[in-house]
Amino acid sequence: MWDYSEKVKDHFTHPHNVGEIVNPDAVGEVGSLVCGDALKLFLKVDSRTEKISEAKFQTFGCGSAIASSSILTDMIIGKTLAEASRITNRDIAEALGGLPQEKMHCSVMGMEALEAAIANYRGQAAASHEEEEGAEIVCKCFGVTDRKIERAVRENRLKTVEEVTNYTKAGGACASCHWKIDEIIRRVWQDMGDQAQKAAEKPMTNLRRMQLVQETLDREVRPELKKDGGGLELVDIEGKVVKVRLLGMCAGCQVANFTLRDMVGKKLREFVEPDIEVVEIKE
Amino acid sequence: MSEVIYLDNNATTAVAPEVLEAILPYYREQYGNPSSMHTFGGRLAHDVQRARAQVAALFQAQDTEIVFTSCGTESDNAAIRGVLEAYPDKRHIVTTRVEHPAVLSLCRHLEKRGYRVAYLAVDNQGRLDLDALRQAIQPDTVLVSIMYANNETGTVFPVAKIGEIAKERGVAFHCDAVQAPGKLSLDLRRIPADLVSISGHKLHAPKGVGVLYIRRGTRFVPFIIGGHQERGRRGGTENVAGIVGLGRACELVLQKGEKETHYIAGLRDRLEQGILEKIPEVSINGDSEHRLASTCNVSFSYIEGEAILLKLSEQGICASSGSACTSGSLEPSHVLRAMGVPFISIHGSIRFSFSRYNTQAEVDRVLKALPPIIAELRSMSPFWANRPK
Repeated sequence: MWDYSEKVKDHFTHPHNVGEIVNPDAVGEVGSLVCGDALKLFLKVDSRTEKISEAKFQTFGCGSAIASSSILTDMIIGKTLAEASRITNRDIAEALGGLPQEKMHCSVMGMEALEAAIANYRGQAAASHEEEEGAEIVCKCFGVTDRKIERAVRENRLKTVEEVTNYTKAGGACASCHWKIDEIIRRVWQDMGDQAQKAAEKPMTNLRRMQLVQETLDREVRPELKKDGGGLELVDIEGKVVKVRLLGMCAGCQVANFTLRDMVGKKLREFVEPDIEVVEIKE
Repeated sequence: MSEVIYLDNNATTAVAPEVLEAILPYYREQYGNPSSMHTFGGRLAHDVQRARAQVAALFQAQDTEIVFTSCGTESDNAAIRGVLEAYPDKRHIVTTRVEHPAVLSLCRHLEKRGYRVAYLAVDNQGRLDLDALRQAIQPDTVLVSIMYANNETGTVFPVAKIGEIAKERGVAFHCDAVQAPGKLSLDLRRIPADLVSISGHKLHAPKGVGVLYIRRGTRFVPFIIGGHQERGRRGGTENVAGIVGLGRACELVLQKGEKETHYIAGLRDRLEQGILEKIPEVSINGDSEHRLASTCNVSFSYIEGEAILLKLSEQGICASSGSACTSGSLEPSHVLRAMGVPFISIHGSIRFSFSRYNTQAEVDRVLKALPPIIAELRSMSPFWANRPK
């Protein structure tokens, strides 16, 4: 049984804007019978202002697919095409009060139908993903391209194959493409990391590093250790090596190594710099 | 929620009042361990023994051939692994594409451990080709594992013939009969199966208890190794309450006999005919002739099963679906796919399954609730509007 939000249940039970628009100005159609869900979105657009005056949908799919379609029409009516085009699948899921992870692909379907409709209005062939230039189909079971996976990873900050499957369906059947999805995830995160690094181009000074280490230990680490009756003393910082002494319950704890590597080290790498190291100084 | 109409009895069943009454003392005052040397515990061995006889009666078997387990999945695992381990030189298994995951997932796992598995195909009504079975058996085939009746479609396999084929070729036959009690004869004098699995909660006993029948003389290495319980074939302190309940539940099945099967089939047929009369573009999945009395698997084309279930659930009606969205795996039912049911129908498949506690009034309420739900969802579906006419 899925744990649907009240909002999802409400939009499923009483969907808004169901049906077809006769003489629509734009139609966006995504999904297929084989996949188990499909959405057809109809728009009426004011040609002068490019405002969406009417939106209707037909959906073949589960409860969350119907709810995603319904709320999407609510979100776009009254918006200009430019405004509507900025709506992402996250916006749709958030408007619904969240979706179960396994159902995030329903919100992606909503976003794609909207994109297809806008492309259709602009007279572009509704870019079916298979035809995208240079795109390669990664998941053959559901016909998902590398481009779609890259985008889902980037926009939703996905880290595992399972998450990618939840958002795009890719890898959800025979699992033979899991290694490819893994590679895409690594590549996208590498790109994002490179970009972030470029943005913060200035090399870190020793002074700045010390400040950041102190702050991170105070804010992220010590409160956690305190919960278990332990603590930590900063002994020294040499280059990128942070030397600490575990105190209280943490000293001599069986899992001290894990505490250091998985908790303290992880926080420092996250908030100070990615290649910082932590070592324990014992009495 | 309004009053519940429970039509998901292939998933699990209500504990029978007679069963509940029988087991309560074992949760209250009679909490002893049957292996104990003191009378307080030791006398419970008699109660376990009585339950064993009740189960054996259902199988027309000997008490010593009955092993209590924790569930159907354990029974299946114990049967398959127990036989494989007894014949370490044989590396080939024959099963079908439509087995329950308790068998299918285990077979896939065994393939990674060096076993070869033949998965027999089924036709569009879910039926097996016995010639294909004969051809699939190889010199180093150790086991044929084939279910009695399919849990999704209710298609019944000719297990007596399957058992004979296996016997002729000197191969052990395991039969997952979890869906059979109360609906099909389990007389093992006529079904030459070497190992048979059943599960308590499918026949109005509690969850957490199952049975593995092991025919006398079958080579078998225990799966759960521990104490001397179950004559050394399944270690672990007995689930006395569950076992007593399962014994009583088997006794009830025998007492009620075919009359109950006819009653259940009558309800199923009433629902099925009503659906076919009231709703266009539906199809019944499964073998039209040899089908479990409890089971109606129907496809409502052009719409999706989870949406149907949610709408039914709003009215207190419980059923299940073979659609992708309900499986959590993104893929629709492996059984309906093996049968070649078209995608237009597979996603909209709903299984209604009955028990002795359902009534005609309930069927009529479902028949009233269902047509508007199907019509509403179809009016929303892009495929319904554009269907070939």
